[in-house]
Amino acid sequence: MIKLTINDKEVSVPEGSTILDAAKQLKIKIPTLCHMSLYDIQFFNQSASCRVCVVEQEGRNNLLPACATPVSEGMKIRTDTKKAIRARRTIVELLLSDHPNDCLICAKNGDCELQKIAADLGIREIKYPGEIATFPTDNSSKSIVRNMTKCILCKRCETMCSSIQTVDVLTEIGRGFDTVMGAAFNLPMDETTCTFCGQCLAVCPTGALSEVNNVSKVWDAINSDKVVIVQTAPAVRVALGEEFGMEVGSLVTGKMVGALRRIGFDRVFDTDFAADLTIIEEASELIHRIQHGGKLPMLTSCCPAWVKFFEHQFSDMLDIPSSCKSPHEMFGALSKTYFAEKMGLKAEDIIVVSVMPCVAKKYEAARPELSEGSSSDVDIVITTRELALMIKEASIDFENLDDKEFDNPLGESTGASVIFGATGGVIEATLRTAYEFLTGKTLENVEFSSLRGMQGIKEATIDINGMSINIAVSHGLGNARHLLEKIRSGKANYHAIEIMACPGGCIGGAGQPFHHGDLSILDKRMNGLYKEDRGKTLRKSHENPMIKKLYDEFLGEPYGEKAHELLHTTYVARKKI
Amino acid sequence: MDFKFDIEKNMEKVRCLETFIEKNRQVPGVLIPVLQEAQGLFGYLAREVMEIIARGLDVPVSKVFGVATYYTQFTFMPKGENDISICLGTACYVKGAQEILEEVQNILGIKDGETTPDLKFSITSTRCVGDCSLAPVVLVNDDIYPNVNKKEVKDIIAKYKVEVECYDHL
Ligand code: SF4
Ligand code: SF4
Ligand code: SF4
Ligand code: FES
Ligand code: FES
Repeated sequence: MIKLTINDKEVSVPEGSTILDAAKQLKIKIPTLCHMSLYDIQFFNQSASCRVCVVEQEGRNNLLPACATPVSEGMKIRTDTKKAIRARRTIVELLLSDHPNDCLICAKNGDCELQKIAADLGIREIKYPGEIATFPTDNSSKSIVRNMTKCILCKRCETMCSSIQTVDVLTEIGRGFDTVMGAAFNLPMDETTCTFCGQCLAVCPTGALSEVNNVSKVWDAINSDKVVIVQTAPAVRVALGEEFGMEVGSLVTGKMVGALRRIGFDRVFDTDFAADLTIIEEASELIHRIQHGGKLPMLTSCCPAWVKFFEHQFSDMLDIPSSCKSPHEMFGALSKTYFAEKMGLKAEDIIVVSVMPCVAKKYEAARPELSEGSSSDVDIVITTRELALMIKEASIDFENLDDKEFDNPLGESTGASVIFGATGGVIEATLRTAYEFLTGKTLENVEFSSLRGMQGIKEATIDINGMSINIAVSHGLGNARHLLEKIRSGKANYHAIEIMACPGGCIGGAGQPFHHGDLSILDKRMNGLYKEDRGKTLRKSHENPMIKKLYDEFLGEPYGEKAHELLHTTYVARKKI
Repeated sequence: MDFKFDIEKNMEKVRCLETFIEKNRQVPGVLIPVLQEAQGLFGYLAREVMEIIARGLDVPVSKVFGVATYYTQFTFMPKGENDISICLGTACYVKGAQEILEEVQNILGIKDGETTPDLKFSITSTRCVGDCSLAPVVLVNDDIYPNVNKKEVKDIIAKYKVEVECYDHL
């Protein structure tokens, strides 16, 4: 342990800790900007590029960046000297002199860390007006907008993309004033190996990276004469409340339904219904593969960022992911067939809007494999944050809304579908059904706790009918790469694997309210989902009465011909570089 | 601007590069020497060449590009048949070299460090070339032009152009 003092208070911290770590222990606040540590997922951005965190050390002339300076024995640090405070101010003033400062119309307005620090320091003028490095905005993808004129070169996005996701799209290009964060050869995002997971924008402190905003498209749809259906993913209901100042992890399903109705959607349905359906299809596919000597392990395919990742990085293994479409895509396909038939409508008369925790779903909805003729299964995708914007724009008093129920027939769901939103949830839900399908017996304890939680890779062996089924779960694409490499080299013997691109699963999706470096938020959202699951009488997907009805009336056999046509998809090999 | 790099035509050099990578891949910090070798072989770093390097060294192509663009010694376009170097050293700068550079850029419609799409001309600004008494100095290939003024630039370029129609500004 190393002993030091900060502002005359003594503290001992392990060797290798930074001054910032020590200050945190003393509850002394040092402002930071570029720095971000997410211990739960081992994300450490230590570029020390902004110098906003400078402090003074007694007996030394130059200031030290607290976030990157390791402590040493007997150090005497002051965070509150005139010199340190003045330096911080100058640093932020310099940052602002190379910034467009159009906060009022910025995608990050109200959520920007640069804005916050400028406010905290009470900056009221641009002291050093000068040339601003401007770069063209990259609107090439369906998911992510890059506006590098707003970039402060903190490198958080690069660290996320390379060390956590191992996709390595983003890098610092050039030098000096012209330095820009971008892809190799300055390629637009849609020509790179980017998976559109959006985790880079989830940690970007400014408006340099943001999601493609589809709010106005949704308003246009609502104001058209088409029938507009909305569906909401499981993870949205445990995060939306945060945007309205409610306690983190609050379950706001009923209020969300109420708000969607007020906004003017013709039908408010639940992606959870389709998640139950996904389970039936996926469990059937798994059983089919096990019983017919099919390709094992089977990998889940609900996460479009993960799908694009394996299409680029493991294009030699395209036969291992499940062929199931993701739940919201299954939902879209059914809306335009089953539901349309019931209502006497044509597919073209219906617009399907998905509210997702995810920015990759925007890209996914535009995949050509996921459409029927000219009509996409899903027409428009908005994120949890965009829905919050719509609710605010419509000036709906969200917190005081009464709880409302989803519409039927596509609104009924079980506890199994709810937990889809958390890492491990899809495979747990699959097991609940596969167990009963294979044994014909009732599964008494439905909770598989070894598959839950924030550990990067989780493993379990489950005994079904005397057969040991080996399961693995990973979240974060770096962990996924690790598993896939083990499989490729024949060192792993799994039957089924769940993979989600985002740390924590979809509750940590890039379309969710920003966590601003506090991952305990994910645990609370996760608990919210497990609570909803426990509160349901039906907790296994195949018990969903509306699903049974759907197969009887329309689909026929699970994993059968019609199901294949509507609910399954194909993958394409993509370039690795 | 895109200059198609013909891998087939350059196969021999590509092999050389691959052998160099193979031999040195374990050496720490090998990326820069490999980039230098590649530039030596091809005269510039084409996208395709950087992809070969990334694959060969098993590093992300973004990193190869990031490192290459950090160092001013690397260029990303082939040099033109005629390379126009404009000295921006102190003596030349004081005597208006910047203006001359701008004039060349205007006439050719490309920026410093770039090459015309027909590969006839490229512009390279340089540091002091050691002829300060003749400032400002322009070099075209091996020909030295001393005491250049803005008005002469047109005529100098005209000496090297093959088809007049290519450059509307002439
Ligand atoms: S969206 Fe994901 S894969 Fe794409 S650049 Fe961002 S972090 Fe990397
Ligand atoms: S894009 Fe955002 S996260 Fe990336 S370096 Fe710039 S400011 Fe930082
Ligand atoms: S984990 Fe969920 S939120 Fe993240 S990219 Fe995949 S589907 Fe989207
Ligand atoms: S926060 Fe420490 S250098 Fe940026
Ligand atoms: S400065 Fe141009 S030749 Fe010396």
